[in-house]
Amino acid sequence: MTQFIFVVFGALTLAGAFGVILARNPVHSALSLVVTLVSVAVLFLQQDAHLLAAVQVVVYAGAIVVLFLFVIMLLGVDHPDTLRDPLRGQRVAAIVLGVVLLAEVLFLAGHHWATGAKAAAPQSIRGGDPGLGNNVERVARSLFTDFLWPFEITAALLVLAVIGAVILARRSRQAGDTVAEDAS
Amino acid sequence: MTVASWEITTNYYLILGALLFTIGAVGLLTRRNVLVMFMCVELMLNAVNLTFVAFADALNDIRGQVIVFFVLSVAAAEVAVGLGIIVAIFRRRRGATADDLDLLKDSTS
Repeated sequence: MTQFIFVVFGALTLAGAFGVILARNPVHSALSLVVTLVSVAVLFLQQDAHLLAAVQVVVYAGAIVVLFLFVIMLLGVDHPDTLRDPLRGQRVAAIVLGVVLLAEVLFLAGHHWATGAKAAAPQSIRGGDPGLGNNVERVARSLFTDFLWPFEITAALLVLAVIGAVILARRSRQAGDTVAEDAS
Repeated sequence: MTVASWEITTNYYLILGALLFTIGAVGLLTRRNVLVMFMCVELMLNAVNLTFVAFADALNDIRGQVIVFFVLSVAAAEVAVGLGIIVAIFRRRRGATADDLDLLKDSTS
């Protein structure tokens, strides 16, 4: 059963990824991205990452892809991509470089990574003291003790991102008007 | 099942992550539409997340999953700001692709 799930959802992950880069229409790319993200969430479940699987579906497939679709619809850029190639040979070079990158990463992945080093008992995913609780409780304990400071910085980052997005959207309207006047 | 002896090890997930990362990188280099390029960045982030979770599972260490949590929140912030920039660009130049955004480039070439 484990093998079956890995093969099916691994294949769906790759199929969705190919859909993202091969679809001519950006809307189709975004929908293929959902296939990939949900398949990765299933693979997370396979590896005892229950909280991350839920967060992956809610944040990625729920929020981020909807945001993408929102921008595509808002800007009306759902016309097919051009096949014009202004930099001659860029696609060929990109595919050659991609093969080289794949070879490098597979070379790294093919190494024997398990060093035998194990985490301390309070940080284990499986087993250990039953009082450690389920996956959500274990992630929460690590997040709010060892990683409390990075967690607080993340809050500041998100606030800054929201402020930045609002400022970008506002200023561009005024600047866009002046550009349109100059052009006319 | 006849394939019961065939075990899914960490290396399978690492290879899947490598393939996903490569597809994202090739898409980022070949596509012209800035929105699709952005989606390819998300693909690469997901490949890295998959690798993190695979290592967390292999080493039985919850901290690998906590790092993925941070990657997810940084990705959310990145998408918010990145899409804001894309909206700003598209308001100035309708239908712009990545090739049209060469205002800093030498115009004589």
